Amino acid sequence: MLESLKEFAGHFFVTGEPLIYMSDVAIVVVSLAIVFTLTYLKKWKWLWKEWLTTVDHKKIGIMYLISALLMLFRGGVDALLMRTQLALPNLHFLDPQHYNEIFTTHGTIMILFMAMPFLFALFNIVVPLQIGARDVAFPYLNAISFWLFFFGALLFNLSFVIGGSPDAGWVSYPPLTELATDPGPGENFYLLSLQISGIGSIATGINFIVTILKMRAPGMTLMKMPLFSWSVLASCIIIVFAFPALTVALALLMFDRLFGTHFFTMLHGGNPMMYINLFWVWGHPEVYIAVLPAFGVISEVVATFSRKSVFGYKSMVAALMVITVINYLVWAHHFFTMGASAGVNAYFAVATMLVGIPTGVKVFNWLFTMFRGRIRLTLPMLWAIAFIPCFAIGGATGVMLAAAPADYQYHNSFFLIAHFHQTLIGGVVFGLLAGLYYWWPKMFGFILDERLGKWAFWFFNIGFYVCFMPMYALGFMGMTRRVYTYPAETGWTGLNFVSTIGAYLMGIGFLLIVAQVLYSIKYGKRDVTGDPWDGRTLEWALPSPVPHYNFARIPEVSELDAWWHMKQNGETLAAQNKKAPLEPIHMPKNTGRPFIMGVFFFIAGFGFVFNWFWMGAIGLIGVVITLIARSQERDTEYEIPAEEIRRTESALGRL
Amino acid sequence: MKSRWWKGLILGAFSLFALTGCSEKYPVLHPVGPVGEQELFLIKFSTLLAAIVVIPVIALLIFIVYRYRDKPDNQAPYQPEWSESKTLEFVWWAIPILIIGILGAVTAKQTFALTHPPKNSGEPLTIQVTSLDWKWVFMYPDQHIATVNYAEIPAGRPIQFVLTADAPMNSFWVPALGGQEYAMPGMAMRLWLQADKTGTFEGKGANFTGKGFAHMTFDVKSVNESDFNKWVADVKKSAPALTKDGYKELRKPSVMGKKSFSSYPKDLFMDTVMKNGGKYMNNHWMMMDQQEKQMDHHDH
Ligand code: HEM
Ligand SMILES: [Cu+2]
Repeated sequence: MLESLKEFAGHFFVTGEPLIYMSDVAIVVVSLAIVFTLTYLKKWKWLWKEWLTTVDHKKIGIMYLISALLMLFRGGVDALLMRTQLALPNLHFLDPQHYNEIFTTHGTIMILFMAMPFLFALFNIVVPLQIGARDVAFPYLNAISFWLFFFGALLFNLSFVIGGSPDAGWVSYPPLTELATDPGPGENFYLLSLQISGIGSIATGINFIVTILKMRAPGMTLMKMPLFSWSVLASCIIIVFAFPALTVALALLMFDRLFGTHFFTMLHGGNPMMYINLFWVWGHPEVYIAVLPAFGVISEVVATFSRKSVFGYKSMVAALMVITVINYLVWAHHFFTMGASAGVNAYFAVATMLVGIPTGVKVFNWLFTMFRGRIRLTLPMLWAIAFIPCFAIGGATGVMLAAAPADYQYHNSFFLIAHFHQTLIGGVVFGLLAGLYYWWPKMFGFILDERLGKWAFWFFNIGFYVCFMPMYALGFMGMTRRVYTYPAETGWTGLNFVSTIGAYLMGIGFLLIVAQVLYSIKYGKRDVTGDPWDGRTLEWALPSPVPHYNFARIPEVSELDAWWHMKQNGETLAAQNKKAPLEPIHMPKNTGRPFIMGVFFFIAGFGFVFNWFWMGAIGLIGVVITLIARSQERDTEYEIPAEEIRRTESALGRL
Repeated sequence: MKSRWWKGLILGAFSLFALTGCSEKYPVLHPVGPVGEQELFLIKFSTLLAAIVVIPVIALLIFIVYRYRDKPDNQAPYQPEWSESKTLEFVWWAIPILIIGILGAVTAKQTFALTHPPKNSGEPLTIQVTSLDWKWVFMYPDQHIATVNYAEIPAGRPIQFVLTADAPMNSFWVPALGGQEYAMPGMAMRLWLQADKTGTFEGKGANFTGKGFAHMTFDVKSVNESDFNKWVADVKKSAPALTKDGYKELRKPSVMGKKSFSSYPKDLFMDTVMKNGGKYMNNHWMMMDQQEKQMDHHDH
């Protein structure tokens, strides 16, 4: 009995690596510390009532943000481990298996558990405020989305200490990921955690499409809507059309692994190309899901800090919508070299290049937004300015990759790695950081310290170029991606070493951002006006942080840049509030059920990872029960009395 | 028109070299055959077109940020409401459209060109390549010899590599000769390459296949015709035969060095394709545009 228990534990827990034991200890210590602190400060109830059960879009946004930053840390540590291993030839810092696991978790985490929640954080925090709404269209569903993401991410990260991490890359191509060549539970962790968080993402997509189409303030026609909200609309349309393809790909591969079907094995008539197509039918749009909101942030930031309306608003909207359509039609550029005929490759090459056209237009419009403006080099603006050249080069190398015959030489090489990091870091991450600095005061009521922020900015930026420019050259030298080491004769040592230095510079940049946040919590300048940047859009009309019902009275909008024009006309929110007596506001009640549903999804996922079908069944039954319980619920709203609103508003100087 | 292109090309190439340094360590930039050369042309051409947009963008950005910075004594014009100009916007819809139009046309033309064997060269030679965990097996159907992790080829003749995998799929890449193509189980896919010079060029498995992936490199040795024939004769004379059992042994996951075999089971390659699901695929279709006389290895 004891023996078999020991053997089970030997498989169940990941063993044999000092790094892992250290993390085991760290996880236990941190968990204990959190439990202790919460108990000591008597905060359990607060945690449950204020956060775990909340349906407030702003709080959900903040929880997304915290998760994203934690995942950025995890993914960043993965990156540094990889760069350390590659710094010199023939290193044995990581063995091949370990290296394979790390590049897999790095890619998966950065895209699905860092970029996605970071985006959703901004969607949640900003969109309802920007369009003058009290919440998203479906607050309850919004909470479910978050908890599905959260428990999906938890399941994925658990693989580090229990069962073993996935090791077949973030694209997870069969046949490598079929049971015969990848028997461990790691791949199951990948499939199930992405599946669970993916359901949440689809729900978020639907939620924000409806929010934006249906809940804009009176007078805000679509063509008077701020560009960030437009970009969220575009991103969500893509989510809704693209994520189902991922859902199907993951589900079929899971059937292959759990139930012995043959969707993606060539035996018995399956075909891995089906997976590869489905994956990229999602995977390519996914990169635009991530980058379009970053475009939106840049549009807001550049206009605000140039004190000028965004140039070519109509072109900007048209460009977003053109990208939203074209980006579905280009997925096969990820496998030009998998035997497609010349006609197919030529079509996908040209279609891919077309995306460069609207992208180029946007870049020029940003430049001319600054032209004849007054540019303030605040932190958000610095990141936005850094975004432009970096993304322009990334887009240009994208167009180069799209030239199919040239791609035969770039594909799977470090050139490709450089391209997509340039678009994902120089595009998505720079954009999101600009947004983070920009809206931080709105979220927390204080401004992040400039001095530390500038240090972080320079470390991160210089680090970026030092890390990734050498990779273009390494691609021309024939260095393939995903190798855990290389012989010295290749001549790749120098550039790899430089690249590793760059990676560490970026790591320092990240730590400086953390230091900046901690420092500013205590010493950061408080934002008492609610409009620290002299903003243009409605969210800056509100006090920071925003009261939970957002707008005491839904404002009337007559122009683009609504708040800017209100200020120009000497109007204030207080004046709008005074126009008529305030009325009571209906708000959705907090509920613990989305959290509980997330727990059940987690239980189900964990069960299927280990082929414990009984446990999977329990989890799924739990999910169904929470759904039924919700459908029986009638009393889901409460009313904030007018008197309370009046008190809150006058305390905030808005009445 | 033509001369301007070439000027541009030289410029583009120059900027590439400035970026990467000029040396034989860069096989992609120093191809030794017509396929790699055509691809290099497209690499340079697209770099140049991209540079036409990117460099002015960066220059403009620097200029604008400097000129319109928010300083009290800044005399530059300030027009907070100026946000539309049909002419300007027309210009920057037109520039990318033009550039993408040109690049798209050239790309499409090249894509078709590369499916044919390089023109004006000698008699094609076929080599069948099987990717295993974690090694490459080369079979010469006309010479009836086989090798592991290296291939000799006659310089100046187009080589038709026919690729499959008897393990998770990989990608066959010899950067000095030209771009890659996947080797997939159950399929037989073709890649034309040619070396115009003699020498040894490194090849690699480019698509991740698990633990031993990093060690899946191989050599392609380009020699002149008579040396090639001599090598074939040598292998026939001195190397052992590859038996069915020997192949089973090879198939087991392992990393190994170079090997030569004086013969191999006749239909091993197509049997491998068929066994891995090729019977469900129309492999004939995949290689449709190849010359019919090379079809004799899969008339199933
Ligand atoms: C004009 C814009 C762009 C073009 C023309 C373009 C083109 C391409 C092409 C052709 C590939 C495939 C290369 C190969 O596998 O050999 C590729 C890969 C990739 N691109 Fe882009 N791209 C563009 C923008 C972006 C953006 C904005 C992002 C992200 C925000 C992005 C992220 C990626 C990623 C993640 C991959 C590689 C995925 C992988 O194989 O793991 N790209 N791009
Ligand atoms: Cu793509």
